[in-house]
Amino acid sequence: MKRSLASLLAGLIFGFGLALSGMTHPEKVLAFLDMAGNWDASLLFVLGGAVGVTVVTFRFILRRNTPLLADKFFMTDEFRIDRPLILGASLFGIGWGISGYCPGPAIALIAAPNWELWAFLPAMIVGAYAQKYVEQRALGNQSQRLTVSDDSQQSCG
Amino acid sequence: MTFSFNAVLPPLIGGVLIGLSAAWFLWANGRLAGVSGILWRLLFSKPSDAGWRALFLAGVVGGAAFYYRLFSGMPVARETFPVWLLIVSGLLVGYGTSLGRGCTSGHGVCGLGRLSLRSLIATLIFLLTAIVTTFVVRHLIGIR
Repeated sequence: MKRSLASLLAGLIFGFGLALSGMTHPEKVLAFLDMAGNWDASLLFVLGGAVGVTVVTFRFILRRNTPLLADKFFMTDEFRIDRPLILGASLFGIGWGISGYCPGPAIALIAAPNWELWAFLPAMIVGAYAQKYVEQRALGNQSQRLTVSDDSQQSCG
Repeated sequence: MTFSFNAVLPPLIGGVLIGLSAAWFLWANGRLAGVSGILWRLLFSKPSDAGWRALFLAGVVGGAAFYYRLFSGMPVARETFPVWLLIVSGLLVGYGTSLGRGCTSGHGVCGLGRLSLRSLIATLIFLLTAIVTTFVVRHLIGIR
């Protein structure tokens, strides 16, 4: 119960921050990515502000043995710079650069949808489903089934 | 390039709030606030922990709704932007974040926060490919 409320609270602050930051305006995002145009650098401060906070706070949080409301920290110890990471990040970047939408803002915009979102959001879900499908098939084709625990498989995104 | 103090404050405060949200989430629940990972696991994995994932995402929607209620300024659709490009973009973002295990929030905000080299590489790659793609779409193809 407490953990559920903590999740809801985290989401609320996250969504408010996204809307305030301007990240939910795809045209603003593209004006940031478009360095050859009239470059709008202001969104650098979103990443800067967010990472500034996490770099400082995560150090102290991860020094604890456990989180406040759970038995352990759930995060991968995956460190490899492998093909899926590079290919996945590249495809994501291409998609982001086309439209200006990334997953967080796409979810937040359910609060204020226009027709663009109803084209983008379902396609995004289909794309992720397609990747899981391809991955499952590849795993199924291997003679040894890999046993990967639920949380170690996911990096963080 | 445009730059002014007033234009920088909302992004900065918004970014700090996103960082505080991620810090609270890690501190309280021991989880990383990566939107794509939370979403894909909610939709495509065993629903044993669907509750907190759904609540986090509902919170993201609620927080944005609260902001627009207070300040309005909801984004308006681009009239001339092609639908098929939005669909292609969505497919790539979904496939890529699932394959690369993270998006702007997971690799960017959280991964960089824990000084992960893997996330730093991912962030540099998707920023770079996004910048190149925007250039191609806007300046070479001429779609806005």
